[in-house]
Amino acid sequence: MALEKITQTSGRGVYVPGDDLDTDRVIPARFMKCITFDGLGEFAFFDARAAAKGEGKTHPLDDARFTGASILFSGSNFGCGSSREHAPQALYRFGIRAVIAESFAEIFFGNSITLGMPCAVMSGQDIRAVAQIIESAPEVLITLDLLEGKLSIADMDFPATLPAHAQEALVTGKWDAIADLLEGIEDVRTCAAKLPYMAA
Amino acid sequence: MSQTLLDKVWAAHAVRTLPNGSTQLLIGTHLIHEVTSPQAFGMLGDLGLKVLYPSRTFATVDHIVPTDERQEPFSDTLADAMIKALRKNCDDHGIKFFDLPSGQQGIVHIVGPEQGITQPGTTIACGDSHTSTHGAFGAIAFGIGTSQVRDVLATQTMAIRKPKVRRINVNGKLSPGVYAKDVILHIIRKLGVNGGLGYAYEYGGTTFDAFTQEERMTVCNMSIEGGARVGYVNPDNTTFEYLQGRNYAPKGADWDAAVARWKATASDPDAVYDDIVTYDAADIAPTVTWGINPGQAIFINENVPLASDVPEKDRATAEEAFIHMQLTAGKPIKGTKVQVAFLGSCTNGRLSDLQEVARYIKGRKVSSSVKAIVVPGSQSVASLAESMGLAEIYRNAGFEWRGAGCSMCLGMNPDKLVGDQLCASSSNRNFKGRQGSPTGRTVLMSPLMVAAAAITGEISDAREIFDIK
Repeated sequence: MALEKITQTSGRGVYVPGDDLDTDRVIPARFMKCITFDGLGEFAFFDARAAAKGEGKTHPLDDARFTGASILFSGSNFGCGSSREHAPQALYRFGIRAVIAESFAEIFFGNSITLGMPCAVMSGQDIRAVAQIIESAPEVLITLDLLEGKLSIADMDFPATLPAHAQEALVTGKWDAIADLLEGIEDVRTCAAKLPYMAA
Repeated sequence: MSQTLLDKVWAAHAVRTLPNGSTQLLIGTHLIHEVTSPQAFGMLGDLGLKVLYPSRTFATVDHIVPTDERQEPFSDTLADAMIKALRKNCDDHGIKFFDLPSGQQGIVHIVGPEQGITQPGTTIACGDSHTSTHGAFGAIAFGIGTSQVRDVLATQTMAIRKPKVRRINVNGKLSPGVYAKDVILHIIRKLGVNGGLGYAYEYGGTTFDAFTQEERMTVCNMSIEGGARVGYVNPDNTTFEYLQGRNYAPKGADWDAAVARWKATASDPDAVYDDIVTYDAADIAPTVTWGINPGQAIFINENVPLASDVPEKDRATAEEAFIHMQLTAGKPIKGTKVQVAFLGSCTNGRLSDLQEVARYIKGRKVSSSVKAIVVPGSQSVASLAESMGLAEIYRNAGFEWRGAGCSMCLGMNPDKLVGDQLCASSSNRNFKGRQGSPTGRTVLMSPLMVAAAAITGEISDAREIFDIK
């Protein structure tokens, strides 16, 4: 299965501030009543967007200035909570192609990489600096370069990194593990045969 | 020697090292449910793949099942489509399904253990983050996403990096009225909601040695709320006694061989850990959350913190929590009005939870201002509880006695908060919107604290309400 080699992604940015933005925030559980992932994009940050509207404010994802943005910036421990792949699926289908945060919850991170959506870590200070640039110039093009481990915006570069295994998986086009796993089937059978509970 | 249980289980299940350095890890037991599996079966079909070991996947239906009107078709057509999709996928692929009519349906993390499917020294995966529950048996159990559900169906393996291990000791005897739920809320409060990132938590110490199997499950269940994808307790006689005689547990000579194997999987006395923390059970009091993540917790007699008490990095989330929860910083949480009381979930919906609360609520009445529901974690728990007369005790006290499912833990079924109702909840997450209403408020606590809140109509210290000394 040949997959695209994801070495960089470019687009405009949107900043959704906050730490510990959990997967119920990314997509509330009640929207997971589905048997495909189609159409989940409209539910990305659904409650937060509705709440902002209710207060007469505009959530960044509804702000016309950021329409079409594909690189999402946030705080620490992004995607904590549930293992639902619906969360990265909703973001991807909303149009997000990379998430930048101070840190990521582990299951969300893995789910995102498997979709080919890089999750890169930047310092909080750098994220806030980028957020200011986006705020004053929403149209500015941002590039996340996975080979160089940097994020470029308006003539500036910031370190933006992924753990080596995830970086390699993306840049070599092996971000979906299924092909590798299938190649190991004979070894799987050998390993399973040694485990009494697998034989029973 | 000098190995942790994680080291040993990992070594026995590591199929090979993948080109990017991850391990192709054999997943001996795969549990599925209706929410995160249909897309995986779809992907399997798209790739023209079959289920490699159908006998090692077990299914049940929990998130979307109504707990009151359980006749099919469900009035919610989406929920109805989900249960039918799961039934068809199980039929098509020869997977055992603990379906609604089976009398064995329930929350996946309750069904696995009570059927004896969850066993020491095994690897378990399920498309649900609370899969860490099964670690209570000395299994290494992962919550996974849907693409990984596909991977496990097709290859019985997944690609994963070996976590570090943090040993968490709790020693001593818990004070009366303090429960396993308080222990895990305390641990998360101390280590933070992201403190477990990259770690498996190994729980031990004399408090854990004395815990029942079900208490260990309550703690392991919430490992993920501390950021640890995996949590486990080393298996011992308590574990073996719980498993003996259960449907899928080994029988006869196989049983003795299994127990010998299981004992050998426990961490060695000189095992080396990446980190060790130790707590004293006597320092733990009944704990409640005041915020919008499970780490925002205090003892019942403490005040909601002031923003200035909170570390600077957590302050913005705290401010957000004060607004959402409508709580005043610096004031007691005790006395806060409660509109809903929820007793159930994969954290606290087991027989021992229902028995413990029933001991105290005889002759008491739920406040007229509170809607209180009890949701047994499985049909087996429900029928046992009913045969012991517990359902009657709850009904007499004014609780609604419901059918098994996830219910009000996550708002994917008719049990939801309305508006900004505040729910005293024995579940595991107090995230905004978690219980089905965007403005709904969740206060996590032990089952007995839920009962105390139900009776008084406000957040209360169960030790005072039930005269526990």
